[in-house]
Amino acid sequence: MSKATPDTGAKRPNLFKALEIDTRLLGMIGAFVLICLVFNVITDGRFLTARNIFNLSIQTVSVAIMATGMVFVIVTRHIDLSVGAVLAMCSAVMGVMQVNLLPGVFGLGHPLVAPVTIVAGLVTGTLIGALNGWLVGYQRIPAFIVTLGGLLIWRNFGWYLSDGQTLGPLDQTFLLFGGIEGTLGTLLSWALGIVFAVAAVIAMWRARQAKIRHEFPVKPLWAEATMMAVAVTAILGLIAIFNSYEIPAGRLKRIFEARGEVMPEGFSAAYGLPISVLILVIVAVAMTLLARRTRLGRYIFATGGNPDAAELSGINTRMLTVKVFALMGFLCGLSAVVAQARLANHANDIGTLDELRVIAAAVIGGTALAGGIGTIYGAILGAVIMQSLQSGMAMVGVDAPFQNIVVGAVLVFAVWIDIQYRKRTGEKV
Amino acid sequence: MSKRETPLVELRDISIAFGGIKAVDHVSIDLYPGEVVGLLGHNGAGKSTLIKCLSGAYQMDSGEILINGEKAEIRNPRDARKYNIETIYQTLALADNLDAASNLFLGRELVTPMGFVDDAQMEAETRKIMGRLNPNFRKFKEPVKALSGGQRQSVAIARAVYFNARILIMDEPTAALGPHETQMVAELIQELKAQGLGIFLIEHDIHNVMKLCDRASVMKNGQLVGTVKVNEVTDEDILGMIILGKKPEGVAC
Repeated sequence: MSKATPDTGAKRPNLFKALEIDTRLLGMIGAFVLICLVFNVITDGRFLTARNIFNLSIQTVSVAIMATGMVFVIVTRHIDLSVGAVLAMCSAVMGVMQVNLLPGVFGLGHPLVAPVTIVAGLVTGTLIGALNGWLVGYQRIPAFIVTLGGLLIWRNFGWYLSDGQTLGPLDQTFLLFGGIEGTLGTLLSWALGIVFAVAAVIAMWRARQAKIRHEFPVKPLWAEATMMAVAVTAILGLIAIFNSYEIPAGRLKRIFEARGEVMPEGFSAAYGLPISVLILVIVAVAMTLLARRTRLGRYIFATGGNPDAAELSGINTRMLTVKVFALMGFLCGLSAVVAQARLANHANDIGTLDELRVIAAAVIGGTALAGGIGTIYGAILGAVIMQSLQSGMAMVGVDAPFQNIVVGAVLVFAVWIDIQYRKRTGEKV
Repeated sequence: MSKRETPLVELRDISIAFGGIKAVDHVSIDLYPGEVVGLLGHNGAGKSTLIKCLSGAYQMDSGEILINGEKAEIRNPRDARKYNIETIYQTLALADNLDAASNLFLGRELVTPMGFVDDAQMEAETRKIMGRLNPNFRKFKEPVKALSGGQRQSVAIARAVYFNARILIMDEPTAALGPHETQMVAELIQELKAQGLGIFLIEHDIHNVMKLCDRASVMKNGQLVGTVKVNEVTDEDILGMIILGKKPEGVAC
């Protein structure tokens, strides 16, 4: 993936060094671009349409959100096999709340139904996660066992709660978090895109100023400007794609009819940024900040690198385990909101095999199972790569068994590449 | 060293057992300001275990710890740090995946007014103290696993010295070092001693003990053989204490 050709090898690393780009990230982006281009050629350009990119994005969100939490779990040398089951449990709680319980309390379609439901789902996830963390951290039961048990327990607990029924229809406000039902429209999407772009530039500029203040070496101004341009282009480009996916005329007509109006001739509107993708962006930024700029994040990585050293440095590693698993549980709850709203109902098989997808996304994204190493953006990119492979193959018409065979092979291959990469750069594996 | 002065640290009658094996058996030692006390004994004699009760890594079964004559409760490494007790572990206790600054400030990060860790400030402080301890140190950005044994050692030492330690525990600080770096550690010990710190030095090399320490406490099979003033005994006396568990005659302890 990130093989430098020998003849240009001398020059390229210098360029990357000046730009201070992580070559591993570059390799992953390269692989992703390759996947997209190949599928785009095979499908005669259908893969890289606004419509497909939109669908790909909203399908990725649920796994990507959980993958960011899995990074912390794996970095602290644990594993969570129960995330799919916890998602199902949270989904069952939220399904029962908004379909069976809350309409009786507030009335059907009351504005409080969605927020109360979501809070209940998030609290459920956080509590289950905290319980897992307590069993691992304080009772010293291996995380593999605790969460393997959880894999059996929570999905079936959810089954029991929902009597095994498919729960629906869901609250209208709640459905906004699923993707296609809740998008921001063109104007708001552009506005948000510009806010993010400006924020990214300011953050990079301030980081540079801090370095200058302490008289540390900084990269040349052209390199800084290039990175800023790349960031701005990426953000606004993605917004442009979402904004170019137009709402079908039939659907627009129904929206107007629902408001009792008639659609003007030649009227068109685009979806814009889905709320679920916005949630993922917020989670990604928050988790990255947590990982890099807070003590908690520092302790998570220190504990993963050397648990004894962390303990001797006065870090309460047991409580840290509880926090890491509780955060994972919270993110499962959040993913349950997105997944349930996207599917527009709660079914007992929601999130089946998600634990494997989430772990695979984190690992493809460069998280080392030995602990101590992993990035949030890597995990999200890992989730995106897996989802593109899967939808691409479905689009091409690859048989279901081969789809799974390919995804499994890619997982093993990605880890092998990573090991080779680390050997080359002289890191211990 | 006047004995009427209050000791900086007094470990009284400390015992700790692991599954029926008495690792430390009713041991009492003390340490005065500006003094270096060597702890000697075979592997498994209980030196490291005893000292870990003071650094908070282990909890003693019985006995008490007095700091400046007052009873101290040390249940974990955080408590020990509150009493300005700093430890350089034999294993160095570094998180290999983090850089020097993150290790130096681990558990005591400098934060911005917003509550975020202030990496730039911490790196600046690290550069300052490393400039004093090990001026050749350059690898501030790399994870410490990319450092040599001596460089790693200097990170561990910097961590202990930076936070105004009053009591310093060094567990075989020179075991992994070359002669030049060993000399640097020796000079550092003299300097810290002159600043009035008390230092417990766990050491196997008798010559280093004779050179660096004021007193030496020898342990064998979890028990204290005795404490002697280094300038009143010979190498052979101390060797006899370590190997035979025999106290030299006619020496005040």
